[in-house]
Amino acid sequence: MCDQTFMAATFGPCDSCSKASPLMNIYIKSEAINYCSFCVEMMACQGLQKGETLATLKKESENLKKKLEEERGKLNDIELHQVAEKVEAVAALSLKTRRVLKGHGNKVLCVDWCKDKRRLVSSSQDGKVIVWDAFTLNKEHGVTLPCTWVMACAYAPSGCAVACGGLDNKCSVVPLSLDRNENLAAKKKSVAMHTNYVSGCSFTNSDMQLLTSSGDGTCALWDVESGQLLQSFHGHTADVLSLDLAPSETGNTFVSGGCDMKANVWDMRSGQNIQSFESHESDINCVKYYPSGDAFASASDDATCRFYDLRADREVAVYQKDSIIFGASSVDFSLSGRLLFTGYNDYTINVWDVLKGTRVSILLGHENRISRVRVSPDGTALCSASWDNSLRIEGTGPRGNPTHPAPQLHPPAHSGRSQSVPRADRIYSPSNKFLVFPWVFSQWEWLGKSSKGSALEPS
Amino acid sequence: MMPVLSIPTLRSGLPDCRSSDLNVPVHRQLWLFIEDIVTRIQDETEGVPIRTVKSFMTKIPSVVTGADIVQWLMKNLTVEDSAEAMHIGSLIAAQGYFFPISDHVLCLRDDGTLYRFQAPYFWPSNCWEPENTDYAIYLCKRTMQNKTRLELADYEAENLARLQRAFARKWEFIYMQAEAQVKIDRKKDKIERKILDSQERAFWDVHRPVPGCVNTTEMDIRKCRRMKNPHRVKKSVYGVVEEGTQSQSPIHTSLHHCRKGTKEDVEKEILFLNTQLDRHCLKMSKVAESLITYAEQYMEYDPFVTTPEPSNPWTSDDPTLWDLEMSKEPSQQRVKKWGFSLEEALKDPVGQELFLKFLESEFSSENLRFWLAVQGLKSVPQQDVAQRVQDIWAEFLAEGAPSSINLDSHSYEITSQNLKDPGRYSYEDAQDHIYKLMKSDSYPRFLRSSVYQDLLMARKKPETEQGRRTSLEKFTRSMGKSLTGKRLTGLMQSS
Repeated sequence: MCDQTFMAATFGPCDSCSKASPLMNIYIKSEAINYCSFCVEMMACQGLQKGETLATLKKESENLKKKLEEERGKLNDIELHQVAEKVEAVAALSLKTRRVLKGHGNKVLCVDWCKDKRRLVSSSQDGKVIVWDAFTLNKEHGVTLPCTWVMACAYAPSGCAVACGGLDNKCSVVPLSLDRNENLAAKKKSVAMHTNYVSGCSFTNSDMQLLTSSGDGTCALWDVESGQLLQSFHGHTADVLSLDLAPSETGNTFVSGGCDMKANVWDMRSGQNIQSFESHESDINCVKYYPSGDAFASASDDATCRFYDLRADREVAVYQKDSIIFGASSVDFSLSGRLLFTGYNDYTINVWDVLKGTRVSILLGHENRISRVRVSPDGTALCSASWDNSLRIEGTGPRGNPTHPAPQLHPPAHSGRSQSVPRADRIYSPSNKFLVFPWVFSQWEWLGKSSKGSALEPS
Repeated sequence: MMPVLSIPTLRSGLPDCRSSDLNVPVHRQLWLFIEDIVTRIQDETEGVPIRTVKSFMTKIPSVVTGADIVQWLMKNLTVEDSAEAMHIGSLIAAQGYFFPISDHVLCLRDDGTLYRFQAPYFWPSNCWEPENTDYAIYLCKRTMQNKTRLELADYEAENLARLQRAFARKWEFIYMQAEAQVKIDRKKDKIERKILDSQERAFWDVHRPVPGCVNTTEMDIRKCRRMKNPHRVKKSVYGVVEEGTQSQSPIHTSLHHCRKGTKEDVEKEILFLNTQLDRHCLKMSKVAESLITYAEQYMEYDPFVTTPEPSNPWTSDDPTLWDLEMSKEPSQQRVKKWGFSLEEALKDPVGQELFLKFLESEFSSENLRFWLAVQGLKSVPQQDVAQRVQDIWAEFLAEGAPSSINLDSHSYEITSQNLKDPGRYSYEDAQDHIYKLMKSDSYPRFLRSSVYQDLLMARKKPETEQGRRTSLEKFTRSMGKSLTGKRLTGLMQSS
């Protein structure tokens, strides 16, 4: 304590407690720090712990960061796409819209598959949650939540319940009964409670535990039956927008991504942040594990998707293109992990070759931003949810012959106006152009009603 | 000729978006990209030619054709397909950066349609959130100008009527404002007025779009809530001051809390960084190899890469595939998968059952039963956990337990310690130990065993009951995985 001298006080945030208050400039071993008088007192009482001030700690942390970067740099002997040059290219994909699910009255925000490979649960901005048999297009259940923007929904592994949450800051579990006339909303049970919106939810490998991510910057694990908080996960410094559970049954880890541009890997047992990845330049909207569980992909507002390997502890690939300028909202892998499906705010879904880092195909079809893409549990189909109020299911089609483009063209009778709108109802891949033209005619009229109504409410 | 800068280099040169200040507009990154493109497209030497087009009796000043824009986008954004370029162009137009001079629908067409660029004043990066009062003034003004090109479209006339009802009390004020605007406009040069009129119209086409068009000014609520949003305060396009400032909508009030680095945070970070440094990491070459191997191994199970047999239910509307997957009679493909790893074998209920049977024959089934019991423990309700922990102990680990398992002394020590405070993860060490034991000992023997090998071989024989179609498929498969083969299968399924 002998080398402290007190100087003129200034005003600003204290280095120790970060409250704005009059500061004392003190020097410890000729290093200037700014503490408020309270913290100076505290320090004087506790004694200086071998000069461990905030400034020196910060310096130490900076040094460690540098060292870590160096260490990781040593292991970076080759790039993924260079190794992947020897791999055979994937055959041109011919994806075709197999089902269009219409029924939501507003933006569809989230979707999840049931383990039975054909049922879906989707949630929408108007507060509705719908359970579909996507194969037959039947709506099997509907729940209306007392809030708008239901941003998260999940199917329970048993297929007997769904979880949903959003602006109500809660995540509720709704058991699905066989009796269709029963009022499901009455059986709704709120399990999770956050202090801000719920952005994502997922059951763990049983119906009994629920994992949620929230705008309050935390993730949490809940006991479904009692609503008890089992574990909370602190570490993000801004809203958490997405989470994904490790695919292996024994892996007790999950990954989360958020507005602090970080993707964190957590241990569910201890609540510890095991690994952290920070290379995106904007919000991370979605994270998804690679099917082996050794890596994961992320989608961000910076218009890129990135691929991180947990064993290498670094980013191993970036998926971007000059022509992609809108943010990516969602990612999912095909069953083998070879293909990455990404939904964008520019209404398209791009398909990437994970290993080579090239774009394999682009799907146009939705008429507004894509909010979520999900590959079905057996990998036979891709479901996309969009702000255009619909969900689409894409499946592989019979392989087209590249020398004979466009099998048959059935342009619809366009009205004058819709002709000038980009014709989005088609799917093609760059290599074999215009394979399919499923002219599913668009729903301009009722879309129009909703947008007109909202824009013209007298303020 | 100057080399054209490609976007990646420009992207890296853009202002840093990773500033600690998160109070930036939601679409900032997007606008940076678009404004960069729009600036380049208007460049005198590298951009598209902006011309004055002479038509019958009149001149149309500073316009470009849609085809020119599409061409430019294809060349400068390395887009191979004109449809994709048109799509990107339409989205940029929908954001309000350029617009067709004679259409309210903001989209790009690859033909001679004429387009004009928007004035930077009206760019969305200025964070406009125009009031309905402004809209009323604008529509009112249009009715006064008495020109065919300014005539209101049907939907605009409807909007005007609606606004007149809503603002009945201050309509006089709105009317006066509009009159004043018209007076100012009349003093302007004719050509300049023409351009300004169209730019103003395009601005309202973005903020009050034609019914049926996507409203691009709608934002993701998650992104609105996290900031106080000082940029998106409502301001008047025409400098009209509202009496009594509007209370902002609730979505703008939520605070974003960014924690400042306190001493504890930094200490935590140092601890975290140290554990990261201690972590053993693989070399990139090894990681790449393993990723490639995984993808290749699972390629034949991926319906997006290999056409599934008998058919993809979504394509053929025939759910046979799902029935087969559910069946107790696993296909050869499925049996083969159990050989990839113990995890794969345990994931499949049939594989799990077979493995259990095999272990029973070896008198070591308690290992797997213990592993499954612990797995089950992780998925019981919280209130049953303590009881279940005791049950497992009594079944597998206690003195004289009915199916006692062999643990090494270390794991046994840890587990019995854990039992003092029973929890979901009390048996983690023991489970890990047993899993490794099964993986290194019984699992390889299982793969070599006749139980597994017979199943694997039996399924390889062609099945006759499926008839002609299957045999034809076998035939094509035997031709190797040639393209012709695949095409044949494809043809068969489409028929």
